[in-house]
Amino acid sequence: MDIANQLQLVAISGSKSLMTLDLLPIGETARIVAVDWSALVPEEARRLRALGLEEGARVAVAHRGILGGRDPIAVTVGRMTVAVRRTHALAMNVEILERASI
Amino acid sequence: MSRPRKVALVGNPNAGKSALFNALTGARQKIANYPGVTVERKSGRFILPTGEPVEMTDLPGAYGLDPTSPDEEVTSKVISGHFPGEAAPDVLIVVLDASNLEQHLVFAQEVLALGKPTVVALNMVDLAERDGLVLDPAVLQEELGVPVIPTVAVRRRGLGELGEAIASAEARHPGPGITNLTQTERRVAAHAMADAAILSESKRHRLHARLDRMLLNPWLGPVILLALLFVVFQAVFAWATPFADALDAGVTWLHDTVKALMPPSLLRDLITEGVISGVGAVVVFLPQIVILFAFILAMEASGYMARAAFLMDRLMARVGLSGRSFIPLLSSFACAIPGIMATRSITDPKDRLTTILIAPMMTCSARLPVYAVIIAAFIPNTNVGGGVGLQGLVLFALYVAGVLGAMLVALILRRSVTKGEASGFIMELPKYQLPRLKDMAIGLWQRAWIFLRRAGTIIFTVTVVLWILLNFPQAKPGESQVDASIAGKLANGLAVVVEPIGFNRDMALALIPAMAAREVAVSSLATTYAVDAGDNEDQQAAELGDQLKSRWTLPMALAFLAWFVFAPQCMSTIAVTRRETNGWKWPAFMLAYLFGLAYVAAGATYWIAVAAGL
Repeated sequence: MDIANQLQLVAISGSKSLMTLDLLPIGETARIVAVDWSALVPEEARRLRALGLEEGARVAVAHRGILGGRDPIAVTVGRMTVAVRRTHALAMNVEILERASI
Repeated sequence: MSRPRKVALVGNPNAGKSALFNALTGARQKIANYPGVTVERKSGRFILPTGEPVEMTDLPGAYGLDPTSPDEEVTSKVISGHFPGEAAPDVLIVVLDASNLEQHLVFAQEVLALGKPTVVALNMVDLAERDGLVLDPAVLQEELGVPVIPTVAVRRRGLGELGEAIASAEARHPGPGITNLTQTERRVAAHAMADAAILSESKRHRLHARLDRMLLNPWLGPVILLALLFVVFQAVFAWATPFADALDAGVTWLHDTVKALMPPSLLRDLITEGVISGVGAVVVFLPQIVILFAFILAMEASGYMARAAFLMDRLMARVGLSGRSFIPLLSSFACAIPGIMATRSITDPKDRLTTILIAPMMTCSARLPVYAVIIAAFIPNTNVGGGVGLQGLVLFALYVAGVLGAMLVALILRRSVTKGEASGFIMELPKYQLPRLKDMAIGLWQRAWIFLRRAGTIIFTVTVVLWILLNFPQAKPGESQVDASIAGKLANGLAVVVEPIGFNRDMALALIPAMAAREVAVSSLATTYAVDAGDNEDQQAAELGDQLKSRWTLPMALAFLAWFVFAPQCMSTIAVTRRETNGWKWPAFMLAYLFGLAYVAAGATYWIAVAAGL
């Protein structure tokens, strides 16, 4: 997905359901619309891609932090659960999907 | 006859590769290291249905051929034939988790693009069915262009078919290979293939999510983890006791029997006081090691270890590490060697180096003999209230001292020598699974064997050498044997250095052979006092604890304990560190800083205890 497509997606979806992944409420399903790969360490960016956490992926936040903290975050992607740090989630822009489209 | 053909198992982590490997090769596996790295190389023999034996290797799990960790680098290099000294495999088996196809097919396509003879094992189809997922392997076979065999490793389902496919893989090759795609194209293709292969899918299985809701609960999760760790350490000490006592009785029986059967001579003493007492003092710790590893293996096989890493990540982040370091550090409580080897899955090199450097501070099982003997001799077995014994409390304090020391050092290292970007934490949380008895048994047997081999080689050799150094030259009448011996003279030199921290000559003497392994300190103290007792039967019969009590003061004993919290007295750990960090720089650094810490800690303990009038 190139930048133009991403911008288009952002434009279509409107700002209301757009946020970074770390703010996605538990239980909501969303689609990753853009990732700021330059904000991530190259190896970690590759690891995230290898686990399917990239543009177009459908994700949900399953668990968040311990003892009231916000770090780390357990994200479900496909049939997998992946633990990431909040800094990774901050680099990912997601769009909440309507319940009907889940 | 030419060498057997080589078959390698590849796949994403958590594809059930190791279980399939165990099912194919049985218990007779060879574990070694790939030269230059501490990634375990597991190989075994598998007989094809044609009767042809092949060499089967289990490659480390990887998410892609473009490596992001030392683990993945080995897999990538071995597959492509670029690993020095390792012939490229003739046939590859790509292992897929049947219930996670859209993820695992991405790597499968990358491997298939290499154009090598390949067979796909569609593994854990039973778990997929349990999750309500019915798959059609024929569709996948059509799409991938290579045989796709449904397998259930733990029930040995599909192994025969897999063997037949391996036998004919090279003849069938080249198949219609998949052209080179980009990562994103592969992911799109993987989704399409998975969708096509799924015949029916009922409501997703909920057990997994329910367990996670409880075990990863922000408040309950840490409590459960803490309770589990408490049970583990409790078990290591309580459950092991009857077995350790039985082993101890066996060693004593052997010692007495040999002594009664042989005529008195230097050779008899070498066998009884040197070999049997020395090696026996170490072997009695086998039950504790087996129990600790049983818990660690079960936590790993069940999928809980990744959750523990998730829960610990926040605490580890405080000292600049990540949850990934928790697994190697927990393993280090059994032994730093598998602990250091487990760091290979850590992506960030600085993060990994820091974990390696602090791993020896986790109280490994080799320290237990030292702690147990000294505590039993010097700490009164009194109750400090609430059913907590003073001896147990001191032991607990020693564990805590090691952990706190490690955290403090990590904090300092991450701000100085291993300074770098804050390490991240990206980790798949695998599906929960009931650990399989057979896989556990194989894993435990391998660990126990490594320990016994160590006792039979390093500790045996060191004990014998020490005994010889202690007995030659023979003392003149009226002179103490230890004073006259070569070992005694060596110790006199070292004693000058350790005198300021309260150590006497015997303690200095114990430290020299304990460089090989910490537990040797106990056997060398035992050997020293046995030699010192000479022909005095009463004194010889006295327990080591009583010997220590009559020769050491309490501050000396406490200083000795403090020393062993930090002192890097283990040749194997140093060797593994050298191999892992590719040079002598980091093991030298590790030796220097840990000996420094040990010296300061022992000295401070001694002088504070003396000042307190203990």
